[in-house]
Amino acid sequence: MFKRINLFLAVVASMALSVSVYADAYTNIGRAATAEEIAAWDIDVRPDFKGLPAGSGSVEEGEELWEEKCASCHGVFGESNEVFTPIVGGISEGDVKAGRVANLVGNRQPQKTTIMKVATISTLWDYINRAMPWTAPKSLKPDEVYAATAYILSLSGVIPEDFTLSDKNIAEVQKLMPNRNGMSLKHGLRTVDGKPDVHSKACMKNCKTTGKLTSTFPVSARNTHGNIQQQNRTFGAVRGIDTTQPPAKTLKETQERLKLAATEKKGSAKAKGDMLSVAKKNNCLTCHGVKNKIVGPSFNDIATKYKDVKNANVTLEGKVKKGTSGTWGDIPMPAQSASDRDIKALVNWILKGN
Amino acid sequence: MDDRNKKTGRIQSAPENFLDADLAHEITTKGLNPERRSFMLKSFLAASAAIASGSAFAGKAKSAGDPNILNLPEHSTTLGKPVTANPYGVPSKYETNLLRRESPGLTRVSAASVSFAPLQGLFGIITPSGLHFERHHQGWHDIDPSKHRFMINGLVKNPKVYTMDDLMRLPSVSRMHFIECGANSAMEWGNNAVPTVQYTHGMLSCSEFTGVPLSVLLDDCGYDKKKGKFVLAEGSDGSGMTRTVPIDQALDDVIVAWAMNGEMLRPENGYPLRLVVPGVQGVSWVKWLRRIEVGDKPYATKDEAVHYIDLMPDGQYRQYTSIQECKSVITSPSAGQVLLDKGFYNITGLAWSGRGKIKRVDVSVDGGKNWKKARLESPDLPKCLRRFNFDWVWDGSPAILQSRAIDETGYVQPKINELREVRGTRSIYHNNAIQSWKLAASGELSNVQTY
Repeated sequence: MFKRINLFLAVVASMALSVSVYADAYTNIGRAATAEEIAAWDIDVRPDFKGLPAGSGSVEEGEELWEEKCASCHGVFGESNEVFTPIVGGISEGDVKAGRVANLVGNRQPQKTTIMKVATISTLWDYINRAMPWTAPKSLKPDEVYAATAYILSLSGVIPEDFTLSDKNIAEVQKLMPNRNGMSLKHGLRTVDGKPDVHSKACMKNCKTTGKLTSTFPVSARNTHGNIQQQNRTFGAVRGIDTTQPPAKTLKETQERLKLAATEKKGSAKAKGDMLSVAKKNNCLTCHGVKNKIVGPSFNDIATKYKDVKNANVTLEGKVKKGTSGTWGDIPMPAQSASDRDIKALVNWILKGN
Repeated sequence: MDDRNKKTGRIQSAPENFLDADLAHEITTKGLNPERRSFMLKSFLAASAAIASGSAFAGKAKSAGDPNILNLPEHSTTLGKPVTANPYGVPSKYETNLLRRESPGLTRVSAASVSFAPLQGLFGIITPSGLHFERHHQGWHDIDPSKHRFMINGLVKNPKVYTMDDLMRLPSVSRMHFIECGANSAMEWGNNAVPTVQYTHGMLSCSEFTGVPLSVLLDDCGYDKKKGKFVLAEGSDGSGMTRTVPIDQALDDVIVAWAMNGEMLRPENGYPLRLVVPGVQGVSWVKWLRRIEVGDKPYATKDEAVHYIDLMPDGQYRQYTSIQECKSVITSPSAGQVLLDKGFYNITGLAWSGRGKIKRVDVSVDGGKNWKKARLESPDLPKCLRRFNFDWVWDGSPAILQSRAIDETGYVQPKINELREVRGTRSIYHNNAIQSWKLAASGELSNVQTY
């Protein structure tokens, strides 16, 4: 407290302007954090490994864990582009030596994988530990995080298949990260007083231009974001274009269209829309399409398969709740945390076919 | 009707002319179905018949004029609804079109996705809280504020825990700032990829935020002034979103905020607590904020080591790119919109800079050959949106509309080719190029690039 008063006096003395404290600091607000509380929340791991818990995990253990908890989104080899962008791929032995990923130059590999980008192994460890698996973040034990990290690095050819990653050797593995020399801090976008890298001039009259359109949004794509007419007000200075139609050629044609203001009726029954949104809310559509297979089977394929099965809804409700594997392939479906009501309604809806 | 059009040289904004307003709205928002089509046809025939017979409107013999004037509407002749019919007010039933929307195909998982604010129909600078753009990394939750805790630890003398009760007793500030995702306009580095300003620029919002300056809290914990160089901000969501903020910035104008536009934050925007980092890309404005750690080195978290890094032509990534440089865009008329007729229009848009105030905005209607200063509206605040307006008469010929902002540091918003010369086309983030909208003779506007 004595020090705080000194600090306060120092602030007054220097006439520093911030939020001034008309009292000896913020008495009786907040409390000391306990050691247990800090340990529970302070989980970040820095590039210099400050914060890294002791432990170890082998590539082999990682593979087992991966198939159980990670493959459904990332693919068995971390290569899947179905749900998230690929983790593994795009690097070479030369990259591991150089610490720079050659495929990042030019456009040799448009799809950048995680391992192509990440310079610091701590980033992988920290993120897997704090945010994975997707539907059950922070559920992995440190040894499992080591194992998953090891598996990714093994798939990438950074460490051998018989490797065991631990807090003891992680700094050595850092020296093999394929893009470890790939980050630059030499730019002006870190701080508000940083120097801009692009310098334009504000010409006002007869300015030089190419006079050409270097790109135009394709007419064929104009309805890809839905009918833009329905994304604008029906009154006011302008209207949205009815993008279900080809562009109008003349102002007269535009005005004729506005006069009718009629759009092709699309969409469907409200009930269907509602169940789709329930499916979306519960993240079902991440892995299932209504008509198309994604990671899991399409809803319609499920309906077909269970068409003549007795009490199919009870069976399926159980599978959704508890998770399931083997029915449609190797990739398991994890247990879902949707409400019983939603699960019942969704299963009913899926079994009806859409 | 044709005769009338010829005389005035413009069409009436049909179908409101002869249709009941509710039905007109339903048709324009939901389209025609057989029932609506037949109803519309009947209305049209009735109106035509009335005009043809010389008595414009049934029951009003020999009078002429707009039925909306001549026939007093229901709301003028009946008792309206009482107070608190809507205890929490909602927009008019006619305002169903301006919604935040996803860009199909941009992401595959809607819990780690983006919804864009409908800039094409917004006014002024404050984004209605329900239309504020969303970016979640592992879904959002509605957190019980009585159970929310905020911790400060690391290089501090007294690591502390605060409840919402504690935080809301502290001296607060209320400030208006824009928030823009670092990936706003990301799809447009190469070619035009999206149809409207909602998708080109809609990861942008602006609000008044209320909270306690982070400097107050860091002081309260006795942060290490010698060794403390960075803070780590951490969210309590599944992703445990983490971002590094340099300590100078943290002490300057960063706010630990609980309120947005006069009420508590919306859950999608971090209820009950988020970080506000003025001028810096949205990912640093950590939502559902649970912890600040003071440290002596940056943290290279996932969203500053795998994402939110800017790829340069030489294959290096710029790391810790944060500042949103000066940028502007015309929000209306803009791509996907259509002008009703020739004549006067107010060209309107937004300008902003992560480095301070907006000094000037210029508008061009000829693809950048000639520019004129736009009118800047108040307020004039640093790291905050600024609305601009520009008087214009459209003569019916094709045009290309552009805006260009200049901030108080003198930095001029660049053309896309100027950006590409330095950064190439693959950096994804921090595209602040001048936006071009092409206006065709038909009145339709579309998204183009020209320089």
